[in-house]
Amino acid sequence: MIFVEARSEIHWYHEWIAVFVALSLTVVTASVLLAAIGLEPFSSLQRVFIRPLNSVYGVSELIAKATPLITIGVALALGFRAGVWNIGAEGQLVMGGLCGGAVALAFWGIDGFWVMPLVLLGGSLGGLLWGAIPAFLKVRFNTNEILVSLMLTYVAILLLSVMVHGPLRDPDGFNFPESRLLHEAATLPKLFSVGRGHIGFIFAIFFALIGTWIVKRWHLGFEMRVTGLSLKASKFAGYSRGRTVWMTLLIGGAVSGFAGVVEVTGNIGQLVPNISPSYGFTAIIVAFLARLHPIAVIPAGLLVALSYLAGEAAQLTLRIPAASTQVFQGLLLFFLLGTSLLVNFRVRFGRAV
Amino acid sequence: MDYGLLSSILHAILVASTPLVFAGLGALIQERSGVLNLGIEGLMIVGALAGFATALSGFPLLISVIAAALAGALLASIFALLVLRLYANPVATGLALTLFGLGLSALAGAQYVGQAAPQVEAWNIPILSHFPIVGHAFFSHDPLVYLSITLAILMWWFITKSRAGLILRAIGENHSAAHALGFSVIGIRFLAIITGGALAGIGGSYLTLVQTPLFVEGMTAGRGWIALALVVFASWRPLRVIVGAYLFGSVSIIQLHGQAVGISVASQWLSMLPYIVTIGVLVIIAGRGNISHKAPGSLGVTFKESK
Repeated sequence: MIFVEARSEIHWYHEWIAVFVALSLTVVTASVLLAAIGLEPFSSLQRVFIRPLNSVYGVSELIAKATPLITIGVALALGFRAGVWNIGAEGQLVMGGLCGGAVALAFWGIDGFWVMPLVLLGGSLGGLLWGAIPAFLKVRFNTNEILVSLMLTYVAILLLSVMVHGPLRDPDGFNFPESRLLHEAATLPKLFSVGRGHIGFIFAIFFALIGTWIVKRWHLGFEMRVTGLSLKASKFAGYSRGRTVWMTLLIGGAVSGFAGVVEVTGNIGQLVPNISPSYGFTAIIVAFLARLHPIAVIPAGLLVALSYLAGEAAQLTLRIPAASTQVFQGLLLFFLLGTSLLVNFRVRFGRAV
Repeated sequence: MDYGLLSSILHAILVASTPLVFAGLGALIQERSGVLNLGIEGLMIVGALAGFATALSGFPLLISVIAAALAGALLASIFALLVLRLYANPVATGLALTLFGLGLSALAGAQYVGQAAPQVEAWNIPILSHFPIVGHAFFSHDPLVYLSITLAILMWWFITKSRAGLILRAIGENHSAAHALGFSVIGIRFLAIITGGALAGIGGSYLTLVQTPLFVEGMTAGRGWIALALVVFASWRPLRVIVGAYLFGSVSIIQLHGQAVGISVASQWLSMLPYIVTIGVLVIIAGRGNISHKAPGSLGVTFKESK
């Protein structure tokens, strides 16, 4: 028989071995699936995962996709440490994009160094507001934050749709559901001469560093961790559960909102009905891939961003739907979760003691 | 008032609601055993594809529905293995299930896009189906509509009246106590997850076999998430799932026929309603002290057998 028993000591390398095993199993399973639909696995994987990175353009695109994933992934890693399940980062991202975009459109055509900070602030506040709703309801009525934040995601997407079909629609846009193109003062600069990689990536790295600092050096990080690990222990220590819920959801909301406005001002350049290919949900995978370490969110975000590029490449070169990238993402998350058993437990063969 | 229109709107509401009834019941049985499965959306779409592919191969409706149920159950068993045996975080595992299901169905379903499933014959209930208005609205449906209502009643009986249902609830309310009494927490949760997966699969197949009847990637369009909200809305009671599902279904139909019945608000505002109502219900049930409206006590908590 096979038994598992809790490890008495967890070393840092246990976590990375688990991640490595999960990645390997994902690649093997993806290869089997590709072979099953009649594609040659090795060259297919090489074509969709390696070739897109062979140019500055590819790297620039990778950075553009990694930017929201890293930004939100850091905030979620903090929240999940505290055991607060903010599943609605997607909605907070959309609200950030909508509010920030609305501010940018309100100052359309006006130049000034203050426009951009105001736009970013507007976006963060929009996300903050959207994160505050599940926080308030959780603290005041003890409602489930998973369900509330999820429902609010759909509301946010519909709200964005109403706005770009109505009040924020480009007056000279022939009734297309799109806003005006944002003017230069409300647009973030690009990092390269080609591709869509923009300065938001620098912000994302910055967030990962701040997140690490909070976890390692701030009492708040410790408090969140204790609350997540044991509610009882945190009560004895005098920490307030309500405070943790408020802090994590407000940080999560504001940061996701920031990611949204950065996506609109750095990447898209206008408001459209669909501003995110589920970045807010995918960032959950990123947080888990990083095993909730904010600094590890950077490589994790880049890797998951690569899976988006791979999806696009697969559609072009292998003629399989871009949504197949979700198979890869789902498998990766399955294996990560399965192998996390190896971190916390030792698997033993033989008789139980 | 145009009675013919009223009758067809009521008919359409039942059709729109039926996948939600199946999926809602599938989520409910798992949650009553203490398992929170956020993978309903993935289970539904895989069921949708499995049922559709079977029907296109020329099999009758019954076999297609069974195929959808098996596909849902099979996918759910991955979730069960991870959550029950490998102690994986249920929230993230459910999410992985949704992603995986959506991706797998898109990959495997690309070849079926553009084809149409054979028409499903309606079962006209004798006498009742000849009544004006209500006849067409309620008694002239495909067999799955009647099955969904029958299943809800059966589940109500199972959960509230049968001994096995009592054990299921005991495990959902307090898994440690149930374990101490000698019930197999893992075993019963496994059965609940498999059953729930099968029901979600059937719910998905209703979309491709009856409602549209086509397959398009991502066609479940958030219905799996609505099913989860529905269970909360129904405060974990099977018969209220029917009420809730018909309410959600009505909103989606009113949206479609909004113009015809004289509603001129942007359709997005109406689409928001079910989500906002669900949040409202969450607040109301959380605020009430009555224990019978509360979520199962062990919902979403990982059970580890202590040796």
